[in-house]
Amino acid sequence: MSAGGRAVGTDPGGEGLAHQLKHQVPLMLWLVFVWMLLWGTWSWANLISGSVVALAVTVLLPLPPVIGGARVHPVGLAVFVGYFFVDLVRSAALVAWQTLRPGGIGNSAIIQVQMRTDSDLLLTIVAESLTLVPGSVVIDMDRERRTLSLHILHVRDLADVESRRAAVLAEEERVVRAFGSPDEIAALAHAPGEAPVATGRRTP
Amino acid sequence: MSDVDSVRDVVAVVLLLAGAFLCLTAGLGLVRFHDVLTRMHAGTKPQVLGILLIMIGGAIRLEGWSATWMLLLVAVFQMLTAPVSAHMISRVAYRRRHVRRDLLLVDELRTGEAADRLYRGDEPADAPPEEPATALEESRRDEGTLPPA
Amino acid sequence: MIAVFWAAYVMLGAGALLTLVRLARGPSLLDRVVATDVLLVIISAGLAVYAALQRDPTVVPVLVVVSLLAFVGSVSVARYIGGMLLTSGGDGQDVGLPLADEERIARGAEEERR
Repeated sequence: MSAGGRAVGTDPGGEGLAHQLKHQVPLMLWLVFVWMLLWGTWSWANLISGSVVALAVTVLLPLPPVIGGARVHPVGLAVFVGYFFVDLVRSAALVAWQTLRPGGIGNSAIIQVQMRTDSDLLLTIVAESLTLVPGSVVIDMDRERRTLSLHILHVRDLADVESRRAAVLAEEERVVRAFGSPDEIAALAHAPGEAPVATGRRTP
Repeated sequence: MSDVDSVRDVVAVVLLLAGAFLCLTAGLGLVRFHDVLTRMHAGTKPQVLGILLIMIGGAIRLEGWSATWMLLLVAVFQMLTAPVSAHMISRVAYRRRHVRRDLLLVDELRTGEAADRLYRGDEPADAPPEEPATALEESRRDEGTLPPA
Repeated sequence: MIAVFWAAYVMLGAGALLTLVRLARGPSLLDRVVATDVLLVIISAGLAVYAALQRDPTVVPVLVVVSLLAFVGSVSVARYIGGMLLTSGGDGQDVGLPLADEERIARGAEEERR
């Protein structure tokens, strides 16, 4: 979070509104879609009013563009979604058991995991999916050093801590294989500490 | 009205019961767990899986696409927003020391308190510290990489 | 079948009551925020269960409102508490605010171990 980085790149000069709109089109499509779902029926009136609302929202409340955008690899996405739902059900059952069992919960842990990817979008997806799975919450994130800090609900011993850390890295790998660029997938082969820095997909 | 006659309905009712059970364990976890962070875990469980199960169950039972889409929309909203609020609350909870440190096996975030000077509270992620140069210098001094003034 | 419906409502109601216990006992503001969040989720779950069991879609739009309200509420309170952090002392503990309950218990446990 360098202070100087803010002004650079939010509006790469000259192209103005058209350039901004190009970045906002997926967002606008999503907003129109949500508008239709809220009304519950498809009609031209809904489409037009939804477009007007989406245009107003994107112009009046602009968001910084996500640099690089996402590429979707269908196989990787299927693996990611499959593992995600299995994880969701399994750890929800585990947490439910920990609330019910007579002994209560044992020790918790706060671990810091060094990530290998350097893209805002991918890190966001990793953090969101880790928080969605019960039993782990992302507490903090150091963007410069690329570390995530997680609170783990229940750990037995130090070996368990290491296995949770490996699980986080595996989750990262699945996310990168689902949404990453070829460079980022290649970066997975490096050890967490020595990955090449600055692939430059940082939102300024 | 409230009839259960086909396999579809049985599946839906089972999903609803599972979701309701997760809500019960959430309440139980809130009462039994020790600190804010662990209670947070109890909270995210029905927020994600419970709502998902109940919405799917509801979508199976309700006729008409309008209601089905809206239920799915609620589930999507929950899955997008629950991590954000959970993260914000747990971050503040850690910084306000609402943590039973004696029950933590390891705490790798507690390396020093230098970070607190740079990111003090729950400001937006792109907010610079008020005096970046001074704050950075001070935190370096705390870490020991710079000699004290 | 009526018994199954009752089971669902009883579980939801018991969950909501336990959440209310946490809401009342606190001890900190953040505990209450978490409890309120869970309470709203349970309320929306209850509305959805009612809609599904009675096949009555009229309450479905309320669900959208409640789920968004829960998010906005908890985020704004979290930001508010974060704003109180602006003057933190050397150990990150806020100047002038009472010691967190968990921290007090943890310190006590550390003392005992020594």
